[in-house]
Amino acid sequence: MYKILIVDDEPNILLSLEYLFKKEGFKVFIARDGEEALGIISEDEPELVLLDIMMPKVDGYEVCKHIKDQHKNIKVVFLTAKSKQQDVEKGLNLGADLYLTKPFGNKDLVTRVKNLLN
Amino acid sequence: MFSNTVIISFTFGYLALLFAIAWFSERSAKNGRRLSNHPAIYALTLAVYCTAWTYYGSVGRAATNGLEFLTIYIGPSLVAPLWWIVMRKIIRISKVQRISSIADFISSRYGKNVTLGGVVTVVCLLGILPYTSIQIKGVATSFQILQGSGVADSLANLPFYQDTAFYLALGLALFTILFGTRNIEATAQHEGMVMAVAFESIFKLIAFLVVGVFVTYFVFDGFTDVFSKVAEEGLDHLFVMQGQSSASEWFWMSVLSMMAILFLPRQFQMGVIENTNEKHLDTAMWLFPLYLLLINIFVLPIAFGGLVHFTSGSFEADTFVLAFPIAFNQEWLAILVYLGGFSAATGMIIVSTIALSTMVSNNLVMPLLLVNDQFQKRYQHRLGQILIWSRRLSILLIILAAYLYYKQIAGQFTLVSIGLISFVAIAQFAPAIIGGIFWKKGARVGALVGILAGFAVWFYTLVVPTMVTAGYVPESLLTEGLFGLRFLRPQALLGFSDMSYISHGLFYSLTLNAVLYLIISVFSQQTSKEHNQAVIFVDIFKYSTSLDASVIWKGQAYLPDLKTLLVNFLGEEKMEEALEEFKLNSGKKLDDKIYADPELVNFSERLLSGIIGSASARIMVASVVKEEEISMEEVMGILQETQELKSLNHQLETNSEELKIASEKLQSLNESLQLNDMLKDEFISTVTHEMRTPITSIRAFSEILMDEDLPDEDRARFLEIIIQETKRMSRLIDQVLDLERFDSGRQKLNLEATNPKTLILEVTESMEQVFKEKNLLFEKDLMRSEVLISIDQDRIKQVILNLLSNASKFAKSKVMLRAEASKDNLMISVCDDGKGIPEEEVPYIFDKFFQAKNQTSKKPLGSGLGLAISKKIVEYHQGKIEVGRKNGITCFEFSLPIPKEKLKLIK
Repeated sequence: MYKILIVDDEPNILLSLEYLFKKEGFKVFIARDGEEALGIISEDEPELVLLDIMMPKVDGYEVCKHIKDQHKNIKVVFLTAKSKQQDVEKGLNLGADLYLTKPFGNKDLVTRVKNLLN
Repeated sequence: MFSNTVIISFTFGYLALLFAIAWFSERSAKNGRRLSNHPAIYALTLAVYCTAWTYYGSVGRAATNGLEFLTIYIGPSLVAPLWWIVMRKIIRISKVQRISSIADFISSRYGKNVTLGGVVTVVCLLGILPYTSIQIKGVATSFQILQGSGVADSLANLPFYQDTAFYLALGLALFTILFGTRNIEATAQHEGMVMAVAFESIFKLIAFLVVGVFVTYFVFDGFTDVFSKVAEEGLDHLFVMQGQSSASEWFWMSVLSMMAILFLPRQFQMGVIENTNEKHLDTAMWLFPLYLLLINIFVLPIAFGGLVHFTSGSFEADTFVLAFPIAFNQEWLAILVYLGGFSAATGMIIVSTIALSTMVSNNLVMPLLLVNDQFQKRYQHRLGQILIWSRRLSILLIILAAYLYYKQIAGQFTLVSIGLISFVAIAQFAPAIIGGIFWKKGARVGALVGILAGFAVWFYTLVVPTMVTAGYVPESLLTEGLFGLRFLRPQALLGFSDMSYISHGLFYSLTLNAVLYLIISVFSQQTSKEHNQAVIFVDIFKYSTSLDASVIWKGQAYLPDLKTLLVNFLGEEKMEEALEEFKLNSGKKLDDKIYADPELVNFSERLLSGIIGSASARIMVASVVKEEEISMEEVMGILQETQELKSLNHQLETNSEELKIASEKLQSLNESLQLNDMLKDEFISTVTHEMRTPITSIRAFSEILMDEDLPDEDRARFLEIIIQETKRMSRLIDQVLDLERFDSGRQKLNLEATNPKTLILEVTESMEQVFKEKNLLFEKDLMRSEVLISIDQDRIKQVILNLLSNASKFAKSKVMLRAEASKDNLMISVCDDGKGIPEEEVPYIFDKFFQAKNQTSKKPLGSGLGLAISKKIVEYHQGKIEVGRKNGITCFEFSLPIPKEKLKLIK
């Protein structure tokens, strides 16, 4: 059973993602901001982090940077409303494994995450 | 006293002297020495103004009316300084437009109109003919007195072939033809004629001064002696102006002579056409009045001396000048005085006739001939000859007509009265000319109707009475009026008989003329050609330097046609010369051209104008030119272009300065536009980002809901979320649109007189439940006093609601609302005990999407547009909104102005 951390400041998005991945058989951790996410990462060591960018306190870029510094084996998937080319490049340059934009298709998202983990 | 032979030989001897002077001057000019090109000569030629009327008539007038004769000389002297404005302008216009006569001048100003030129010519002919005839009378009478024959009209009764005056007239016609029509170009100066006239002016002045000195110092014992003798006779009333009517008389006579000095055909001929240099005016402005002063010095002594000496009435007062030398047996002096009078008369006859003949040929004969295409085709190669012969023939006819008039009518009138009648006829041109050179709106129809009406009144009030005197019209017309209508009496129109006969006629004719000219001009539309001429005339000093270039003409002319036309009038040689001159001045080549450009056509037209007058020249040129109708707009455009070109240099300087400033402005504008653009981009990207969030939730849950086996409980929960997010999205859209309307200024406020207390209570009612749910204390502190403010109720509610809802999100335990009225403002504040806004964020708190952009703060619930919109709403109400923090309490406070005047609550 894969461990996945979902980070988003929008409670409804968080809720939908949690429901989705739980149903697919993941062990799901959730965080409402970057700070909370960093704590869970070091404590629970998820295999994959689904990461929003625009969040209070510590933003998604910071979290990604931290992961790629300290936990090289954790996969990072950005899931964000920022869809500009320069944002995508910035995210990938930080070492993210995937950059997906909102809104997303549920099946598509799950498939990509699974592919990344297999 | 003298035998006929002696007098006749002196007379013809004098004429021969004139011939010699003229001939010599022309030869000298041919050798390159133009004697006439001198300011003093110019001033002397203007003295052609002093005719036999002055020479004999002034004395006659002074003997009956005293000082009044002076008005005829005061007018011109007074107006002389104004020449700098009027005369100089007329001269410049005439030179530039190659004007050949006063008829041509008026016709040219009003669109080169044939009719107007013809009418002016006819008026001149009818007005000047009697005037010319009294010159013949003057000569004939003096001749007769010299003969010693007593009865005044015995000469006039002789058959013409025995009448010396007839042969004199023929002699003058010959002189005028010889020296006045040598050159086909009517605008070309008549060197010989000018010099002869200048000589005559000197001669008549000297002769008059000599006889004056003789009478004053030899017959009498100086001025004092003459005057005291007159006083003894009881004639001292002649020394002063007499009574009320006399003052008005002086005024009208001065006005009349002011116009005469400018517009009499002979004055126009000498002052304008024969002028060689505008600068000569400077000298003439003082020398000519001086001449007038000199020739008038001895008028009173001679007149009064005559009254004292010739008590028996043996001599008419008009002949006192000559009577003295005869009475005192001064034979040579008598001959001198006679020749002086002869010179005064002949000067006038010669110059007037030349001027009139030019008008007749250019403004009557030519247009009449040119109207007939057949004639034009058949005789086109001989038009030049026809023109010059028509001029010679008209000189002969005019002088013979004047002689005939003298024989029939003029014998019965004094010199001065006929002269004044002529003056009034000529004065009819004043409105059209003065208006024409200073007023662009002056129109052809106005000029034509004015002149015709003035002329008709002139004829009725001034000429008809002379016909009564001559016995052609029954006397009852004068006493009973036309058709027995007394208000139509020629000498007392509308029963107005206080003025003298001349002043009365002048007053009515000129007033009617001027009023009609003004009124019709104001209400009539000028054609483009007419307007073009009007602009050139009025603004001559602007255009005179670049006239060929500023052509108001469109179309093409076949060059050989144009050349043929010029050859017809100028001859081969002169045509080549003229084109050479054109090439030199314009810098254009003509050899390889088939078509003449507008500039050359214009040049040719003006060349022809100098020969056949502007109206005829226009007809001739139009016959070889394919002219396109030119619109008023185009004319204006072209004129503007010329004007603009002139001021371009000056403008270029200021422009470069302005350009610099403008480019700086543009730069800063560009920067602010770029900034605006950036902000707009950012705004749009923020909006789209904000929209994606609810959409993301909606889509995710919708897809989840599509899954079959979902517990009912979850299904309901998810559907609820979807609905919430949809509401959130539409709220966002509403707010974005709101903000956009406020930003672009398209938002309208629906202002109503409102009691703020009631309004606030309505808002807080809806919020009470929210505060209760969040466990927050809500305190209201509303003012006691009742005020009315003018606001958009829904909008202000929106602001208060927004502030209350924000406060509810951040408050720890309580929210407070306060409203209080000062003198000018209503202040409403919403406060909470939340953690407050970080100091550095305060300046941005009212920016749109500030929260969204600021990622480090806790993301609030809401769009991030609420405060931005609130600020706009308050500002639209002329109020202010700000945020502050004191003692752990954060307050948003806004003001709304209270109107000065009391509002009524409309229910």
